[in-house]
Amino acid sequence: MNFLDFERPIADLEAKIEELRHLTGDSELNIGDEISRLEEKSSSLTESIFSSLSVWQVAQLARHPQRPYTLDYIERIFTDFEELHGDRSYADDNAIVGGIARLDDQPVMVIGHQKGRDTKEKIRRNFGMPRPEGYRKAKRLMEMAERFNLPLLTFIDTPGAYPGVGAEERGQSEAIATNLKVMSDLDTPVICTVIGEGGSGGALAIGVGDRLLMLQYSTYSVISPEGCATILWKSADKASEAAEAMGLTADRLKELGFVDQIIDEPLGSAYRDFDLVAQNIKAALLENLAKLKAKSSDDLLEERYKRLMSYGQFKE
Amino acid sequence: MSWLSKLLPSQIRTESTGKKSVPEGVWTKCSSCTSMLYRAELERNHYVCPKCNHHERIGARLRLDLFLDKESSEEIGADLEPVDILKFRDSKKYRDRLNQAQKNTDEKDALIVMQGQLKELSVVAAAFEFRFMGGSMASVVGERFVRGVDVCIEKNIPFICFTASGGARMQEGLFSLMQMGKTSAALARLSKRGIPFISVMTDPTMGGVSASLAMLGDLNVAEPKALIGFAGPRVIEQTVRETLPEGFQRSEFLQEHGVVDMIVDRRHMRDRLYNVLAILTQQPIKKPDDEVLSGTVV
Repeated sequence: MNFLDFERPIADLEAKIEELRHLTGDSELNIGDEISRLEEKSSSLTESIFSSLSVWQVAQLARHPQRPYTLDYIERIFTDFEELHGDRSYADDNAIVGGIARLDDQPVMVIGHQKGRDTKEKIRRNFGMPRPEGYRKAKRLMEMAERFNLPLLTFIDTPGAYPGVGAEERGQSEAIATNLKVMSDLDTPVICTVIGEGGSGGALAIGVGDRLLMLQYSTYSVISPEGCATILWKSADKASEAAEAMGLTADRLKELGFVDQIIDEPLGSAYRDFDLVAQNIKAALLENLAKLKAKSSDDLLEERYKRLMSYGQFKE
Repeated sequence: MSWLSKLLPSQIRTESTGKKSVPEGVWTKCSSCTSMLYRAELERNHYVCPKCNHHERIGARLRLDLFLDKESSEEIGADLEPVDILKFRDSKKYRDRLNQAQKNTDEKDALIVMQGQLKELSVVAAAFEFRFMGGSMASVVGERFVRGVDVCIEKNIPFICFTASGGARMQEGLFSLMQMGKTSAALARLSKRGIPFISVMTDPTMGGVSASLAMLGDLNVAEPKALIGFAGPRVIEQTVRETLPEGFQRSEFLQEHGVVDMIVDRRHMRDRLYNVLAILTQQPIKKPDDEVLSGTVV
């Protein structure tokens, strides 16, 4: 099991509980009492650690190696999912998945960044960092959603768009820019949910919509904390300071007016209970979608435009 | 220091670091081929080296002065001023960085927008000021850009934007990132109205600016040899762990890879863009500007 530094005390306790469980049966002592005592201790320890998380700790949870990814949620939230592949001109980018599905009985289009769990899968998914063909696949599916009146639901979870030679050659900037333009005017409801890392333009390229939802321990930022620290502090070691300064947590971003709704995660964060988080996301999607579907297409697009134009603070 | 600069009295020596993008003095040195150039001639040549055609970086106001007809322009959104929403502080406070940039450039933020005339055709032209925090895009830049687009929609006139930017400004956090969506949405509206948008990418156009407004031109134009891309060359080198090929992410590279329509010499910018806009908006032909140009114009 992978644990973050600050989760270590919890992990140690849980290992002890696990050990005791294995002893049950061949011991005369009343192990049951001891187990429940430790379990109580573990949960109150978790509670106390999670009640005072630093911004940097939240940023680490957002990219926790055991955190659920887009396909984990798709499997639990939707039915009849058919994954669709390829940008029709160059390749199929595995760092972005997408397809048609049903949310209860409602037909929808789903698009999300996809990270890999083990080494092989991580490489296949390019650590969730899309290349231009990924964004172009997404664009193709967005336009298809509009054509067939399917609401678009996106799941954001990427460190950022891939910084590679081929990605630049094939127009990474153009691919991202085009998606922003297309999404701003896509004639169907669009709900974007940040489930892990919302990394910069690579996240925004599937993130322009009518609603922005964020999981409790997800982050969204203009640049990665490491990137920001390297540029402004001249050292990647200052990532925690950078994370603090940028205000990239769901709470902070809700205060600043970017986030419509924060979706609860269980104690100890999303990986403790995939099913529960999926249920919470599903409830939030259903609720928001019902409201958006009630709007006329003119109102929907006008409100989205106003929302986009409202971003920014200045003196005049 | 070269033997020549040692010989020259200090008051006419080029200052390598100054607040002006092009240094003061009678003589100046081309930052590419290092030829000594007579400053007045360089100025007349729109800051393009007569020896090697290197396009020096120039400030936003000078850029717009060179591009628009004399005394035709009126600034849009001049009153907008940045605020430190996040109380951002790294080694320096954002407020202090802003004050410093404002003092150095005499601008309130990194984008200047003007309504004016291009060879008597009414247009709105915007230009990034790279010396203002690396031409970074944050709230004021996005808002001025959108107001420029709004004027174009209201008056049915074309929009031209000269970019020179490192990308989104970190100190305004997600507000900066969202300017990418904001400017792109405004351009989607402009495009729907059938009003032309010409994006002119100058050195450098990177990150969030490249990945939004700069790539959304009906025509994407670039000045010769400008650095244009999403990720910075150093980041890419660290990721792929190999040396990047010569000319990587330069205008010519982008044209070869199909992202840029045309590479235009600064000295021909007015004529070429007028020609394009006149065709797109069904306007009459005009004869080219007869300015004295030195060097080979590409």
